[in-house]
Amino acid sequence: MGDVLAIVAKRLGLGLFTLLIISVLIFIAVELLPGDIAQAVLGQQATESTLAAKRAELGLNDPAPVRYFNWLKGAVVGDFGKSLVSSESVTDAITPRFKNTLFLALFAAVIAVPIAITLGVLVALFRNTLFDRVANVLTLTSISCPEFFLGYILILYLSVQTGWFPSIAKVSPDMSLFDRLHRTFLPALTLVLIVVAHMMRMTRAAIINLLASPYIEMARLKGTPAWKVIVKHALPNSWAPIINVVALNLAFLITGVVLVEVVFVYPGIGQLLVDSVSKRDFPIVQACCLIFAATFILLNLAADIGSILTNPRLRHPK
Amino acid sequence: MSTENENDLLLKIRDLKIEGYSDEEWVGIVHGIDLDLHRGEVLGLIGESGAGKSTIGLAAMGFTRDGCRISGGSVQFDGMELTSKPKSELRKLRGSRIAYVAQSAAASFNPAHKLIDQHTESPVHYNIKSLSESQADAMELYEKLRLPNPKEIGFRYPHQVSGGQLQRAMTAMAMACRPDLIIFDEPTTALDVTTQIEVLAAIRDIVEQFNTAAIYITHDLAVVAQMADRIKVLLKGNEVEEADTATMLSAPKEDYTKSLWAVRSFRRPEKQRPTADSGEIPVVSVDGIDAAYGKGLKVLDDVSFDIYAGMTVAVVGESGSGKSTTARCITGLLPPSKGVIRFNGEELPPSYKKRTTDQLRQAQMIYQMADTALNPRIKICDIIGRPAQFYSGLDGAKLKTRVEELLDLIELEPAQYYNRYPPELSGGQKQRIGIARALAAEPSFIICDEVTSALDQLVAEGILRLLDRLQNTLGLAYMFITHDLATVRSIADEVVVMKEGRVVEQGPKTEMFTPPHHAYTDLLLSSVPEMDPDWLTQLLEQRGVDNIGEAAGN
Repeated sequence: MGDVLAIVAKRLGLGLFTLLIISVLIFIAVELLPGDIAQAVLGQQATESTLAAKRAELGLNDPAPVRYFNWLKGAVVGDFGKSLVSSESVTDAITPRFKNTLFLALFAAVIAVPIAITLGVLVALFRNTLFDRVANVLTLTSISCPEFFLGYILILYLSVQTGWFPSIAKVSPDMSLFDRLHRTFLPALTLVLIVVAHMMRMTRAAIINLLASPYIEMARLKGTPAWKVIVKHALPNSWAPIINVVALNLAFLITGVVLVEVVFVYPGIGQLLVDSVSKRDFPIVQACCLIFAATFILLNLAADIGSILTNPRLRHPK
Repeated sequence: MSTENENDLLLKIRDLKIEGYSDEEWVGIVHGIDLDLHRGEVLGLIGESGAGKSTIGLAAMGFTRDGCRISGGSVQFDGMELTSKPKSELRKLRGSRIAYVAQSAAASFNPAHKLIDQHTESPVHYNIKSLSESQADAMELYEKLRLPNPKEIGFRYPHQVSGGQLQRAMTAMAMACRPDLIIFDEPTTALDVTTQIEVLAAIRDIVEQFNTAAIYITHDLAVVAQMADRIKVLLKGNEVEEADTATMLSAPKEDYTKSLWAVRSFRRPEKQRPTADSGEIPVVSVDGIDAAYGKGLKVLDDVSFDIYAGMTVAVVGESGSGKSTTARCITGLLPPSKGVIRFNGEELPPSYKKRTTDQLRQAQMIYQMADTALNPRIKICDIIGRPAQFYSGLDGAKLKTRVEELLDLIELEPAQYYNRYPPELSGGQKQRIGIARALAAEPSFIICDEVTSALDQLVAEGILRLLDRLQNTLGLAYMFITHDLATVRSIADEVVVMKEGRVVEQGPKTEMFTPPHHAYTDLLLSSVPEMDPDWLTQLLEQRGVDNIGEAAGN
């Protein structure tokens, strides 16, 4: 186990380093955006002197590296500065939104991951049959549709025509869990449809990839039934690629949901990001980007650790 | 052997035809084989690769690999016709009444499960035994097969157990349901000679104890001579001949069989080192090198030997003894942590990155697996042409002439092979291309890393003869890495025996093959199976059953 801990520590260090580089990139990207922040905040009517005062207040006159380190210093302790628009602390603005996004992602993942892996195992078992083809066509169709289109289709059939679910996923902190689940069902379903195909196909490929292995032939020659060959002999050896694709999709569920949140007017972090970009509320944009990057890095780290833990050679050294 | 009557007949194969799907058509692999096997009898199937041995072995279980089909004939097991039986019925025979032991136990055990869990799978599935009964039985079988710590070893994962032990555990697994028939598919081919003996002895014992019938598939005649009651020789899906073991060994009828028997006859005259006063210096001199991978354990410990021009030094030892690591040190892929490597008396930089083009050119390598050592998507002319271009700066017509010269040298018709791709060649031809690629650099020294061990004996002999001829015409020095002592006998001038990263003994071949030996050399030499069917029995008597293989080395 000592080896595993050392690997994890190393990956964690690398992850932090990556995050640092990304923070520089985010800062540079925001710097490169055209226009004057003070102007954007105060509007066209502002006089030259008020603009200058605002710039001084926001510290915009400092050289870029100084501003970057000031920002980084705050970010490390969770202080991302103040919103330019509302003067609210960025952390306060983001926290409830991020919780909502996490809730939606978790909701979608709890449905999508088991479905995807079960389907993946089933299509691998019944590979090249009608079932395999139908499952592939359906999931590929759903992944190929733009998410806003899927969202509107679901709204049309499950909300407008039948009235089963609300089309607007407006949630508030005082809602009961059931209410919340009911409200967010449609955006969650949209996300499920988007991510299932990817995970299912990787599960299928990872399993089928192993079917030519000598130990699979051995299992067959021992008279093991087909489903057991897949579930007991192939699946335990195919976790590494499956875990990786699951992690990638979970990251998508958190960082790639902007469109779905907009379609369903869901108060998540994606919508906040879009709003902030249009209002030039840069502290929030920077914080959101950094959170997204951290999410990606953390989930990939989790996937790496997961792959390591499913490798018997590392779990049970000689 | 049991008396021969119809009731005793366990397996009866008649006119078996099997086809494989390739290039969008069905091609015959096995063309009408008859086979009878009685209860408790062991039949040896031998032949070169492509003879259809494994295919027939699997067909005896009613199984064909993906892309193959039984296209005709019948397979009757204990009176049941397997070719027409539905799949679910067939499945119920496998593991319970017919079991299979694969070539590579390391690859055929599932890495994700403990040995004993894989052992108990079939008996529990068929409700033959309860889990605890089957576990107890597994431990008993492990003990019978002389595995160390039989009570504990089953609870390890495959990667925690050595190759020879795994192969015995797999034999135990095949025995789990006490089948009537076991198919052994080259079970010792991947093992070292010293380990092979343990496995052979264990298999023979257990098959006798339970009176199990077996089909023993191998390409090694000496091995099959120890194991089988009868031998059937196959060639390209046809039967050549069949007879009981003694007859087959002493009086083979067919020319092909005789040629197989004669393969080990190639022997070239041994060359002597130049005398000390001639002033000649060795081409390669390995002087006291230590090496380790990363910060790990030392894998080489004070290795020293010299190779003179025009001579072949065979480096022998079991897997893990440091043979290939030494080669990596010489080529500079793994810089040694201590000691020096000299080339014609001149000290070489430890890492290949620091060597000059001319220093690099001097030492070339030929690999074990010609299949993976040649890029399948590059034409033969480019594979051979690249080093000629890189080292000698040839291009255009000159390069073409040089490539054709090289193809001539390795006895492949230039016009025919110039524009081909590696997958269009046979194993032996690929290995020849590997040799031509090494020659293209015009080296004075070539490392041959197990170059014949993946080849059939007849083909391997062709390669050995070619290497010998090239050595004589070009004055090459060879370092010949091998674990096969028959090859050493035929081609080496000097022998270096390695064990656990150390040189245990070295000297001229005749000296090395004449007693008295170093204890370890003796163990290696006496472990090489001989054609005599009583060889194993006698050896076991000499050494005692508990003192064979690994145990004898300590």
